[in-house]
Formats: sequence, C-alpha cells, structure tokens
Amino acid sequence: MEQRPLEQIKKTKILEALENAHTTVSFEDPLGSEMVLNMGPQHPATHGVLRLLIKLDGETVLAAIPELGYLHRGYEKLAEASTFHEFIPHTDRLDYLSPLSNNTAYVLAVEKLAGIEAPRRAQFIRVLISELARISSHLMFLGSLAMDVGALTVWMWSFREREKLYDIFETIAGARFTTSYTRVGGLAQDVTPDVLNTVKLFIDEFPEKLEECAKMLNTNRIFLGRTDGVGVITREQAIDLGYTGAGLRACGVGHDLRRANPYLVYSELDFEIPVYEGGDSLARYYVRMDEMLESAKIVQQVLAKIPAGPVHASAPKKVLPRKDRVYTKMEELIHDFMIVNFGIEPPVGEVYHAVESPKGELGFYLNSNGDGHPWRLKIRSPSFVNLQTLPIMTKGAMISDVVAIIGSLDPVMGEADK
Amino acid sequence: MTPENQQVLDLLRAMHADAIVAEAEFRDELTVEVKPERIVEVCRFLRDDPRTVFDLLADCCGIDMYTPTKRFGVIYNLYSLKRRHRIRLKTFVEEESPTIASVTGVWGTANWHERETYDMFGIEFTGHPDLRRMYMPEEFEYHPLRKDFPLMGIPGSLELPKK
Amino acid sequence: MGLESAMGDGYIATKLEWIINWCRKNSLYPMPMGISCCAIEMMAAAGPRFDIARFGSEVMRFSPRQCDVMIVAGTTTYKMAKVVRKIYDQMPDPKWVIAMGACTSSGGMYRTYSVVQGIDQFLPVDVYVAGCPPRPDNLLNALILLQGKVQRGECRGTAPAMVGDFGGKKHQQQVTLQLP
Repeated sequence: MEQRPLEQIKKTKILEALENAHTTVSFEDPLGSEMVLNMGPQHPATHGVLRLLIKLDGETVLAAIPELGYLHRGYEKLAEASTFHEFIPHTDRLDYLSPLSNNTAYVLAVEKLAGIEAPRRAQFIRVLISELARISSHLMFLGSLAMDVGALTVWMWSFREREKLYDIFETIAGARFTTSYTRVGGLAQDVTPDVLNTVKLFIDEFPEKLEECAKMLNTNRIFLGRTDGVGVITREQAIDLGYTGAGLRACGVGHDLRRANPYLVYSELDFEIPVYEGGDSLARYYVRMDEMLESAKIVQQVLAKIPAGPVHASAPKKVLPRKDRVYTKMEELIHDFMIVNFGIEPPVGEVYHAVESPKGELGFYLNSNGDGHPWRLKIRSPSFVNLQTLPIMTKGAMISDVVAIIGSLDPVMGEADK
Repeated sequence: MTPENQQVLDLLRAMHADAIVAEAEFRDELTVEVKPERIVEVCRFLRDDPRTVFDLLADCCGIDMYTPTKRFGVIYNLYSLKRRHRIRLKTFVEEESPTIASVTGVWGTANWHERETYDMFGIEFTGHPDLRRMYMPEEFEYHPLRKDFPLMGIPGSLELPKK
Repeated sequence: MGLESAMGDGYIATKLEWIINWCRKNSLYPMPMGISCCAIEMMAAAGPRFDIARFGSEVMRFSPRQCDVMIVAGTTTYKMAKVVRKIYDQMPDPKWVIAMGACTSSGGMYRTYSVVQGIDQFLPVDVYVAGCPPRPDNLLNALILLQGKVQRGECRGTAPAMVGDFGGKKHQQQVTLQLP
C-alpha cells in the first residue's frame, strides 16, 4: 500500500466544506490541537456505511459533515425500468430493519395512483405487519444504542426477541426478513389462524421482556450519563430541517402520520402518541420504548378485530390473480400475463403518499404517464433527511458522544443512500 | 376540489396570480405549477402566511420529462403540521441552462434535497450554500437520473481498484 | 534429523503445519464488512440463536489488523470498493474472503450504474454464499467450508468453493479461478 505525500492529497470539495462549516463552538485547548478526523465508512458504530468528517479541537467536535453515497444502488433509475410489481422486492431493501413497513408504504402509494382500495382484511393484516415491523426496528435500535454505549447484554436480549419475530415473518411471508409480502390490491397470500395464535403468544409476553431490558438501562448511571443532554436539537431546528419520526416527537411536537393523516385502519384503533420534551438522546430512547408498547397494544386490538374476507381487491386488470385461478381459468391467465409483462397501467398523474415508518415519514412520489412502469419514483426516505440534523446535534459534543448521537438518531443507510 | 385545496388555491391566486402557470387536482392532491423565477417568493409566502403555514418541506425532487422544451422540473411536496394538509409545487426549467433559485433560505431541509437533485439531474441551484454531489463520487461526470443515461452506466465512468 | 530420515522428508514440518492450520481454522476472527442488509443476518449469526462463537469466531474485530477472514456482507458500490480494497490490503496474511449474499457474488438484483457486479472483480474470493440475504445457517455453513480450506492450507482465492442450495458436501463443485 503506497503512502501519498501530504502535498498530493487533493483538497477535495468536502474538506473545503468542512473548513467553511459554520461553527459557534470555541474551546480553549491548552495543546492547541485542531484536526480533521475521518470516521470512515467502515466503522463499528456508524450503523452502516456512513462517513463523517469531523473537525476536532482536542476531543470537542467543532463541526461534522456526513458524506453519503457509499450504498447508492440506483433505486430510482431501477424503478423507471421495472413495472410497479417488480419494484416490490426492492422496497424490502430500503429500510432493511423493517421491510414489511416499506412494502406496505409503496403498495399504498401505487394503490392511490391506480385508484384501488384493498379489502378490509388485507388492511388489518397490513396494520399488523407494519406494527410488528415497527417493534422489530425499535428492538434493533435498542440493541444498537445499548451496544454503542457499552451495554452488550441488551443487544443479545433484543436479538433474542427479534429472532422470535423473524420466525413469525417466516410463517407469514416465507422469508425471514426480505419478505415482499404485500401486493398491489392486497397481499401475496392470506394468514392462517395458527400464525395469528403465534403472534398472540409473542405479543402477550412482549411487554415483560421489554421491561427486562428497560430495567437494565433506565436507571443505569452509565447509560444516563452517556445519553442525557447529549445531541440536543430544538423544536424549531427540527421542523426546519424536516426531522420526522421519533426524534421529532422527542422535541415536543406530537406529529404522527398515523393520527394526522390516517391511512389503512388506524382511525379505528386506539393508541397514544408518546411525546417527550428535551430533544436529547435520552428523550428519543424513551419515545421509542413507549412506541413499542403502543405497537403491542395495536397488535392486540388488530388480533381481536380482524374480519374474515378476501385479501385481494377485485380489480382484475390491476391486481395479480390467484395462482390456482391462473392455471385453470382463461381470463385470469390473460390478466396475469398482461400484468406481469406490461405492468398495471394506472392513469396519467402524480401522487405522493407518506406513511409513518419506524424511522419517520417514508413517502413515495410516483409520476405516471399511463405506462406499466413509473416515469419517476422518488423515495422520500426518513433516514436521509434525519441525517441532516447530525451537524447540529454533534456541535460541541465530545468525540465519544458522536457514537451515542448516531445511535439515537437510528439511521439506516439502505434508505438514506437509496 | 376539496375545501382545503380550494382555500390554498384561492390564496395563491389572490396574492401571486401572475406566478401560477397551471393547476391540477388528482386523487385529492393539489398540484400548482409555478414560474421558476417566482418560486422562492411563493414558497416563503406559503410558509409564513398564517392561513396556510406549510412549515415542513417533505420532499424536493427533480424530474426529467424528456420533452424538447421545459425538460427538467423540480417538485416540492409541502406539508403543514398544524393543518395536516399537503400540496405540491412544480417548476420547469430548460435543458440548455437548468438553473433555479434555491429554497434553502426558506426551509433548511432543502439543502440536501437540492444537492441530490443536482447530483442526479444536473440542475444548478443558485444561492445554495454548499452545492456538491450527494451520492456519486466527486469526479463522476454524468448525471445518472437523466433519461439519456443508461441504467447499466457508462463503462469507465467509475474506476475500480486493481485485483 | 533421525525422524525425518525414518518417516520421510518434511514429516515434522507437515505435522507442524497441520497443527498450525488446525489452530487457525478454529479461531478465525471475522472482519465484518457489513454494508447493508446482509450485515443484519451476519449480526444474527453472531446473536444468541445462531452462535458463531461456537465455531471459534468469538469476536468480530473491527480492526483489520487483527482479523483473518473478511466477510463482505452487502452491496458493494464503486465508491465503497476502494474502501473495501483498502481494508483488505491492511489485513495480515494469511487472509480469506467470504462473499456473503447475491450482491457480493454477482451484483445481485442491482444491475445498475453504481454497483460492482461481484466483488471478485477486485478481491480474491474464497467462499461465495448464495441468498438474498442468506440465512445465518448458510453463513455458518460457509464458515465450515472455509475451515476446511484453511485446514488444507489453501489461501488467496485459489479454488473457491460455492455454498448455496447444492445439497450436502458431496454435491459441491470445486471451481478453479484463473487468476491474472
């Protein structure tokens, strides 16, 4: 590996941006050491391939600039080349900690564009899987944040719970976590009663398991010392920067899309939105812990209220027919052929539909020109927008706080980089 | 048209009638096409006016219509936290000099969205504090989401380390 | 020495090498190059249910200087390829590479402008694991195959072995890579 002499290291634009980054922090360091540290894309604590360039004065962060793009896979260009149905497996890999939630979000946007509505049973099941995905994602957040600040046991415990959830996803959709379970107009297949029993068994004992983890952390001096008052963002800054999700609710803004613009059957379910003041990492942790308990409540209600019925909407030219009908009936065969090869052909127009994913507001902007594949698909990913708050949150913090801040921000690079 | 959409449209027609080029409503969503030179004014008005209060810029993206005139567009999806209402603004710029004023002065979140639009389409935003590429490496010469850029890329445009 | 002349040339060296390889294979410290979704399954393989520690890969050391095997888990883009290669170069010899998942084996479901179609374009790979993402059991199977390679003393991407749905050991095919 060759060493480059100092003069040859090109002054890249990002280093210039770091130098010009506005800083209000001044710190009297007796050693007078100001340096640029690269918390590179490969790092144990950056939750994926996030690169941070940090301007340090000793141990205090003066400015931090994130650099993305190390996982840019070209999703939006892929969408222009695939039909609406072909894109569903790609949505799994966006926020890969809660794939069922992304599946639901995308399919809702396509259904809005095409003017279809899924039947009631499908909507209840979609709520069920979205909430289970939320629990799964927040458990991962809990494990990662605890591991980042040093409590490795909690990571093992949360992974134990996640494995139970993976078993449930496997019986519902056939895959542990890249499920591709929803379809335009409904779901891929129905859930059987024993799956619902397994969910009930899991969700009945979930609050106690969560309580075990909470007991380890909530009054732990080390955990509180590392997250209390760390990474503060004010309410106005958060709204200005477009910060949505648990972080916004930790700044005192009670905004949740499930209540503000209800979709699916959330308007019929009874749950609360946890809101905390403070805007620091501890508040974000409390919000997510409470959200998991609220999700458990929602799942209990869904299990009690789920109606019988079909899980596919009846719009033959737009909804994929059932496979047994495709093999035996002529019209379904023709529709299957047309939908798979040429795509559903929604009317010309554009929609933007957003749902409350575990990370924040996940929105899909679809522009169609009547073709079987979208003319433009834009994924409004919450992690991408949430990462913009990182320079503000890390200003004035110590270098070890940066790790706790990234952990409490909970970014997923799969959707931040698209 | 839904009453909220009608209210916003009437307000826009009253205050900035000469900036509106077209309007449409599809699936209960209002889309207003605005002239590119007036976009910052209209955005600031929509954010500050107490009857609309669009304080969250949910999304700002580019689009390539692949038409001879007005090829590139920029689309702003706005959301009002207080009134729980969404609308969309669109502007179009020409292919020869795709420049438009930046709205980072109105919403700070537009910073990264506009960088991404610049990276993917090549639309330059005047007044942006830090216009660099977002996803592709700095030395990359093309703009991937343009319709004339192939999906599989141009061989040789990105270098790979030697084995 | 007398033993060498009695048992044949290189007897002690061979036995020593067997012992050293046995020690190496049972303590392969992985370098988790966790880039995207496969990283979650790699973490699940390190989790309490599919315990990777019982195979000797006790800790996932994030410092390349202390690792033997690099598990590349996740889609590798051109921008990230330089970083992966740099980290691979920093690992001390002998080193092995497991290409986990479809994206690292061949570009996966992403035939786009920014994804490298398989990390074997810039790294010598020893074991490919099929799946999107592969189950943790599949990754553990790859680790066992790699342990077999280590015991035989193969290194640097010679004769990579493929793991996937090929059935048991006797169905696996050995493919010889023509290295430039």
